[in-house]
Amino acid sequence: MTIIRAAGIVLSKELRLEFRSRELLTTTVVFVLMVIVLFSFSFDPTSEESRRFGPGLLWIAFLFAGSLMLNPSFAREQSNDTLHALRLAPVEPFAILLGKILANFAFLLLMEFLLLPIFAVLYNVAMLPVLGRLVLVLLLGTLGLAVTGTAFSAISAQARMRELLLPLLLLPVLTPILIASVECTSGLLADPPELRMNWMNVLIAFDIIFLAVSYLLCETLLEE
Amino acid sequence: MEFHEVEKRYGALVALRRVTFSVAPGEFIALLGANGSGKTTLLRLAALLLYPSRGEVKFPGYAADSPSTLKARIGVVAHSTLLYDELTAEENLRFFARLYELPVMDERITQALEACGVTQRRESLVRTFSRGMRQRLAIARALLHGPGLLLLDEPATGLDRQGLDWLVTTLGSLRVAGCTILMSTHAQSEAISLATRAVLLDRGALVQDTGAGGDPRTLLADAGHAGAAR
Amino acid sequence: MNFARTNWPAVLGAAALIGVAGYAALFIAPEERTMGAIQRIFYFHVPCAWTAFSAFFVVFVCNIVYLVRRDLKWDWIGVSAAEVGLAFCTAVLVTGPIWARPVWGIWWTWDARLTSTFVLWLMYVSYLLLRTLLPDTEKRARISAAFGIFAFLDVPLVYFSIWLWRTQHPQPVIGGGGSLDPTMRWVLLLCWSALLSVMILMVRQRYRLERMRHEAEELAHAVEERAR
Repeated sequence: MTIIRAAGIVLSKELRLEFRSRELLTTTVVFVLMVIVLFSFSFDPTSEESRRFGPGLLWIAFLFAGSLMLNPSFAREQSNDTLHALRLAPVEPFAILLGKILANFAFLLLMEFLLLPIFAVLYNVAMLPVLGRLVLVLLLGTLGLAVTGTAFSAISAQARMRELLLPLLLLPVLTPILIASVECTSGLLADPPELRMNWMNVLIAFDIIFLAVSYLLCETLLEE
Repeated sequence: MEFHEVEKRYGALVALRRVTFSVAPGEFIALLGANGSGKTTLLRLAALLLYPSRGEVKFPGYAADSPSTLKARIGVVAHSTLLYDELTAEENLRFFARLYELPVMDERITQALEACGVTQRRESLVRTFSRGMRQRLAIARALLHGPGLLLLDEPATGLDRQGLDWLVTTLGSLRVAGCTILMSTHAQSEAISLATRAVLLDRGALVQDTGAGGDPRTLLADAGHAGAAR
Repeated sequence: MNFARTNWPAVLGAAALIGVAGYAALFIAPEERTMGAIQRIFYFHVPCAWTAFSAFFVVFVCNIVYLVRRDLKWDWIGVSAAEVGLAFCTAVLVTGPIWARPVWGIWWTWDARLTSTFVLWLMYVSYLLLRTLLPDTEKRARISAAFGIFAFLDVPLVYFSIWLWRTQHPQPVIGGGGSLDPTMRWVLLLCWSALLSVMILMVRQRYRLERMRHEAEELAHAVEERAR
């Protein structure tokens, strides 16, 4: 069975599990909303300055939310040792990892698409003209977050204090994604909007490198 | 399957020491020993969930670089149920059926559900099942893809009288069908009556083996002693 | 194996090298035009950074070799190099502001290199923290090796993105961008070799400690087994 198909089966299982309870999704969306509102209290949100802070605020909120949301990815597989069940199956280890990466990617994107309009309203940002390119930035940045987060979830699931550990491991490593995504978003929201290609290349490079390393290390990450 | 000088260490703790034995196709081996003697570790090594610190676990006839074909023929019943609590019984079986690429999925799933007696509850979340039902479903999951090698870690745990009867009957028919079975069990278990051979582990070392022709029950007394001495 | 035996020639050699390097930095190197005497901290600050990098590169190599060979020895070298590297990294982060304050009037200028080094510092603190939260020896070695590989490969991206970010908002650059006076250059290299020798000695000591710790654990277990 090809890796893609096996990953697809794992993906459908992950989606089914999450949409049954939707608890992770709803909690994360509310959390990000709270972060955005709270941050706004630390400066004057109606001023010109706030439009400069906007993208940074948005992406920091996404990163924080992501690092909390990605934890259960592997932590959940520890109840009833279901990770063993996955490893026993005749599928490539990378298929398991890829399935989870894709599932997390989907969840994160869903959360972001729900929050983007709210952000646009709160900060009076005109997103429609640049929507297509903005979505592209979101896709690339979120992919980096999903790949790294899923791999690190596998790492932290085996350690103690994993809820605190995952953000700790993830946030410094995601610095390039944060900076690049914020710069791209700022560029698109500026006047006139521009797609900063050098930063897009940073995002693409990050995604490729981390995906490749995940592939190379997948057996190690899943090992007992 | 062959275990050749297998050793498994967890840091400074030695779980298995220099274990060597072979399993011929069709054999039903009862794995005896007190808690902590290494039975679970041995079964995990056989299932390819773990790799030995030293020595080798070999499967003659299967190329080393295609573990998938091998895994498709192994079924495992572990300490944990290996089931997703938040999915229904049917969803669990369907997921694993897809992973194992089984043809005629719906039929097999329905048959499996009937066999282990959870057909009424097929649409209920596994979380709502009793301990005995979960164990029965776990066993059904292991058998779903028709494995040639069955590894069981104390499968009788949590089963009531009915479940136990079902387990014994199922194992009996599997043995007749030529399935190779390696089962760890407590000495008092009934399932031992089906075994063709018994192996005793003590603190990680393989101390006794009744061999292909021997009577497993001769080891029961020793297994009891080994348990008491600790 | 006599662990107490100190390699005196090596220690004395390193001490001598430090002495020579220190003298060179303080007296032989020419005074910098604009910054004055405080600039001499540059001869410590920059080689510290290079040494920290060398140590982290060693960690990276050890991580890979461990995953391939599964010999715990590489895990011990790796953790030793990580701790020593972190010490040098801390030195960089401390000397940076000490230099910046008299020269530019502020403690932290968000200089690209220093900021990136801060992120690097955070990553290696996480690495060591991860290790403390993984009690099982083999699991610790394997999992931290995986994380270490991700972290190290991220470093170039971190440095590049922070550099690109700062070029859009120019700020004073610590360490100077321009070409170096040749005397300065060889003093710099001299200081680096001094620090490298210190690093090697420290890593060796730490490695021995780790190996002894492991052997003590093994002995404790063997005693326990016998007692049963």
